[in-house]
Amino acid sequence: MVELLDVITVGLFAAALRMATPIAFASLGGIFSERVGIINIGLEGMMLTSAFTGVAASYFTGNPWLGVLAAVLVGGLLGLLHALLTVKFIGNQIVSGTGINIFALGFTAYMSQIIWGSRGASESVQGLRVVSIPLLKDIPIIGDIIGSHTPLVYLMLIVTVLSYVVLFKTPIGLRIRAVGEHPAAADTAGIDVFKTKYLCVMVSGMLAGLGGAFLSLGHLSLFAWGMTGGRGFIAMAAMIFGNWMPFGAFGASVLFGFADAVQMRLQALGLLPPQIILAIPYILTVAVLAGVVRKAIPPSDYKPYVKE
Amino acid sequence: MIEEIRELNIRTKGLLRRFLARLKLELRRILPQIIAILTAFLAGAIVLLVTGYSPIEAYGALMRGAFGDVFGVGQTFTKATPIIFTALAFLFAFKSGLFNIGAEGQLLVGGFAAALVGISFDGLPPFVHVPMALLAGALAGGLWGFIPAILKAKLGAHEVITTMMLSYVAFYVTGYMVNYPYKAPGWVPQTPLIATSAELPRILQPTQLSASIFLAVILVGLTHYTLQKTTFGYEVRAIGLNPTAAESGGIGIKTGMILALVISGAMAGLGGAGEVMGVHRRFIEGFSPGYGWDGLAVALVGGLNPVGVLLAAVLFGALRSGGMTMTRVTGVPLDIVSILQALVILFVAAPMLIKYLLKRGGIKWWSS
Repeated sequence: MVELLDVITVGLFAAALRMATPIAFASLGGIFSERVGIINIGLEGMMLTSAFTGVAASYFTGNPWLGVLAAVLVGGLLGLLHALLTVKFIGNQIVSGTGINIFALGFTAYMSQIIWGSRGASESVQGLRVVSIPLLKDIPIIGDIIGSHTPLVYLMLIVTVLSYVVLFKTPIGLRIRAVGEHPAAADTAGIDVFKTKYLCVMVSGMLAGLGGAFLSLGHLSLFAWGMTGGRGFIAMAAMIFGNWMPFGAFGASVLFGFADAVQMRLQALGLLPPQIILAIPYILTVAVLAGVVRKAIPPSDYKPYVKE
Repeated sequence: MIEEIRELNIRTKGLLRRFLARLKLELRRILPQIIAILTAFLAGAIVLLVTGYSPIEAYGALMRGAFGDVFGVGQTFTKATPIIFTALAFLFAFKSGLFNIGAEGQLLVGGFAAALVGISFDGLPPFVHVPMALLAGALAGGLWGFIPAILKAKLGAHEVITTMMLSYVAFYVTGYMVNYPYKAPGWVPQTPLIATSAELPRILQPTQLSASIFLAVILVGLTHYTLQKTTFGYEVRAIGLNPTAAESGGIGIKTGMILALVISGAMAGLGGAGEVMGVHRRFIEGFSPGYGWDGLAVALVGGLNPVGVLLAAVLFGALRSGGMTMTRVTGVPLDIVSILQALVILFVAAPMLIKYLLKRGGIKWWSS
C-alpha cells in the first residue's frame, strides 16, 4: 500500500497535464468538426500520421518546430480529405474516418521502414525542449505541476481558451454552430455552409495534428508504431463527456491524462502485470461514456447537407 | 414443327436477353466497387513508385504468391477465412444501423475462449469437443458484443468508441492470459497446444487451410437467409433503415440492436475460434494481423451483401497471403497491404466520388 501511495506525487499531476495534452488537442479538434455536423472518427489516424510526419520532418531538417509545422499541415490535409469525402461526395462519415485510421497505421509503418528500416520505431530525433515559466515555476506545488513543460502544453491551454472564445463569443462561432445545428437556416441567412464545414474539419485535423506532434516530438522524441494507442477515440469520449464544450473537453482530457499518468507510474512500480495496467485507460473510457452520455446532447444531427 | 422451333427460338432469345439485362444490372451494381479497387491499386502504385519500388514487380509478386500455385491458393483461402467471419460481423451489425468496429477484439476473445476449452479437456470425442470449443468462441465474442450493445441501448454510449476501446481491452486481457496464467513454457507468449480432439481438420496439406472455411461459407448462407427470409432479419433491417418507423411498427429497437450486436460479436468470435482450432492449434499473442479491419473493408467492398463478402474476402485473403511473397521477393514493406485496404475503404466510402471520377473520365455508363 505504501508503494501505491508513493504514486500520488506532484510529479504525477504534472504527468497528468502532459498526457492530457494530446487528448485535449484532438478533443478540441473533435469539437470543431462535430459543431459543423461532421463526426471525425479519423482523429486517431490524423494524430498518428502527424506524429510520424513531425518526427520525419525533424529528422530531415533537425528542427523540431518545422516538424510541428509539418504535422499541422498533414493533419489539415487529412481533414480536407475527410471533408471532401463527407461534404462534397456525401460519403459515410464513420467509414471515411475508419479509412483514414487504417491508412494512417499502414502508411506510417510503411514509411517508417522506408526511412529508418524499422517498422517498430524511428531513430531518436531532436524533440521539443522543456521551457520553464519564470515566477510561475517558483510557486510551490502549482509551479511544480504547470511550471515546466514543452511549449505545446502551454499552446494546448491557449487553444482551449481560444476555442471557447471563437466558438461562443464571436460571430464566426455563431456561424459555425448554426451550420451544425440548422444548416438550412444558416444557408438562408447567407452563411456558406460548405465552406464553413471544410474549414472546421480542416481545423479539426490540424488540432489533431498538434496532438500527434506533441506525442512524438514533445513526449518521446521518436515515432513508434501505433503510438497514438486509441487516444483519438479517447479524445472523442472526452469531447462527449465535456458536452462538446472546450472547457468541458479539457477537463475530461485531464481526467484521461491522469489515468494515463497513473498507468505509467504503476507500470514503473511493477506491482501488476503490464497488460492489466495498460487496459485501465480504455476501461475508464468505456465507463465514463456509459456514465455520462444520457445527459450529453450532440450539437448536430450529422446529416449531410444537400442544397435544395 | 417449324412453329415449335420458332417458338423455342423466341423463348431462348427472351431468356438470353433477360440474362444479359440481369448481368448488366449486376455489373452496374458492383461497378463502383470494382472502380474503387482499381483506383486503390493505382494510388498504391504511386506510393510504390515514389518510394522507389516497381509496382509491376510488386503486384506481380503479390499475384504469383496468392494464386501462382496450389500452396498459394490454399494460403489465400486460409487468410480469407477469418476475414469472412469478421466481414459478416460488421455487415450484420451495420444492417441494424450499428458500426461494430471492434471485430478485432471479439475475434481475439473468441479465439482465446476456444483455446481455453481446447486445452482444458482431454479425451473428449471430437464431435463433442469441437462444437464445445466453437461455442465457447461464439459466446465470448457475443459477450464482447453484448457490452457495447447494452451500453448503447440503455445509456446511449456511442458504439463506435466503445467497440474500439473494448478491442484494446481484449488485446491486453488476452495478452495477460497468454503471458501469465495460461502461458506455455518457452519465450513465446502463447497457450499450450489444444487437444487434438478440439482441432479443426486441415483440408489442403501442406497449407493451413482448415475446415473453418466450411463454417465460414455456411455462415454466409445463414446470414443471407436470416436477413432476407426471416422476420428477425426483416426487423434488423427495418431498424437500420428507419428506426422511428420500426418503432411505430411494433418492433423493439433496443432488443433488436442488442441481438444484432451480440450476433455480430459471436460471428467474429467464431472466426477467432476457427483460427485457433484450425490454423494455429493454440492462442498466440498477436496472431491476428488485423482481420477485424480486413472484415470491415471486405464488408464494404462486398457491397454489404453476404455473397459479395465471399468474393471480396478472397481478394483481401490474396493481399494477405501474396503480400508475404511480395515482401520476400521485392522487399516492399508488408504495410502496403494496409495502405491498399484503406484506399479501397476511402473510395468505397463515397460512391459519389466514383461517379464523379467516371464522369470526368467521360464514361457515361452510370447515367444510363
